[in-house]
Amino acid sequence: MSGIFPFSRNNEPSSLTLEDVHSVTLLGGHGKVGQKETVTEVKFEMGNVVSIVGPTGSGKTALINDIELFANANTPTGRRMLINGATPPEELMDDPSKNPIALITQHTNFLSDLPVDVFLRMHAKIRRAHEHETIVEETLDFANQLTGEPIIQENSMTELSGGQTRALLIADAVIIGNSPILLLDEIENAGIHRGRALELLRNYQKIFVFVTHDPRIALLSDFRIVMSRGAMEKIIYPDEEEAIIIDRIGKLDDLMLRFRKRLWEGERLSEKNLGGDLSALLSSSKETLS
Amino acid sequence: MKLIICAGPPTCGKTTVLKQVTNKLLAQGRRVAYLKEDVQFAEEATMFSEEFGIPSKAAYSGEICPDHSHVLILKEAVEWAEKNQADIFIVETAGLCLRCAPYVEGGFAICVLEVTSGMNLPRKIGPMLTLADIAVVTKIDLVSQAEREVFRMNLTEVAPIPVIETDALHGINIDRIVREVEKSPEIKQPMVLRGNPPLAVCTICAGKKEIGWENHFGVVRTLESDPFYQGE
Repeated sequence: MSGIFPFSRNNEPSSLTLEDVHSVTLLGGHGKVGQKETVTEVKFEMGNVVSIVGPTGSGKTALINDIELFANANTPTGRRMLINGATPPEELMDDPSKNPIALITQHTNFLSDLPVDVFLRMHAKIRRAHEHETIVEETLDFANQLTGEPIIQENSMTELSGGQTRALLIADAVIIGNSPILLLDEIENAGIHRGRALELLRNYQKIFVFVTHDPRIALLSDFRIVMSRGAMEKIIYPDEEEAIIIDRIGKLDDLMLRFRKRLWEGERLSEKNLGGDLSALLSSSKETLS
Repeated sequence: MKLIICAGPPTCGKTTVLKQVTNKLLAQGRRVAYLKEDVQFAEEATMFSEEFGIPSKAAYSGEICPDHSHVLILKEAVEWAEKNQADIFIVETAGLCLRCAPYVEGGFAICVLEVTSGMNLPRKIGPMLTLADIAVVTKIDLVSQAEREVFRMNLTEVAPIPVIETDALHGINIDRIVREVEKSPEIKQPMVLRGNPPLAVCTICAGKKEIGWENHFGVVRTLESDPFYQGE
């Protein structure tokens, strides 16, 4: 143990509080066929938004599992995870309210049928966050900015849609749980407003790691880790050209979202509005390039 | 030899947890024997002997309550494990009515609960949880962080024992359970139950805590026999 985790008198490492976390480091191990990873070290700093990309089966989920597990050369990949540059005390994993990591997977769900506000208040009470009068409203407000259909707080948790559930899981982890590190596994499948989510999350000084197939999330990240055959292949930082491209990809994506919204609203799509939208998009991208 | 008794509701993940624990114990050079108790069907013993090549046994209780059967056969089962030179004997109980605690003084008691059975589960079960040495909470990948925290708080309010959360399918947090097992004492004879089951309808319920069928009357059985009647 280094001096980062001070020892108390009985020589037990004293607990690291959530506020103490300022970085997570992952030391490379090996891929699925035992090949050594080309990326030997990757560091996530507080405030970073990072994406993990690669085809299905390339080891993206295993990578976030390593972070969640405080991997110490004891997972199938042989990777090691450090907090603030040191091996974190395992005790942090003991109590979810002390654990700096929240993982939201595609199959994480709410099972409780309590009304949303009662449930959130209960969680806030455990976290002693209930002294803040407005914490439940704040959490709901955050969640509602991510979903198409606002959450009714008197409704039971089990009545939430897939997208509302994901949104509330994220809001709860960020605001009530105050987790410094959030791992989000393919949330784009759940009808969450991704562009808005990233804007919103950037207001919070936390580490967000997205496992994603979504170009918009990947390009809006500070950097992305490319996975191949279970190994970290390379780390890519966006450059100036990508900054232009992301703008255009964003517009394309917005175009699709607008069409989706029209479908929701029962409109009939026509050649005319498709053509109009497309030409507006193309002319605006010419401006960006000139 | 250490005696590990693992209880918990059906399908809560006891076998998965114990397989992961066995795997790690064997890797550390421990000699493990395994007994699965069940009412009428158990393939776990075959699984353990095929997968790990360790001495494994299944004990069916048939029409006797499986926890009652457990008390009657455990003494001979321990002898069987000792004969097989095990240094750790793992007994997985059937886990039926969840009111009884099949744990033995001086043995190590693990209560396995699944977080998916609802936040209030810890309040609904009695001695099986309160008399255990540790609680292992499984399937944590399926529920929200918030519910995990509520579940944990409810659990520690009922039983102030160490709680280890695990996603046993993916081997998450198993090392912690193994360490607790390694710290547990050697089993001593005569073995005595930790607590009384709740309803006085049999010799054991009525307070006879001695382990071994010869200490009981009514419907009894040995490790190898069918049930028979003993007494007046």
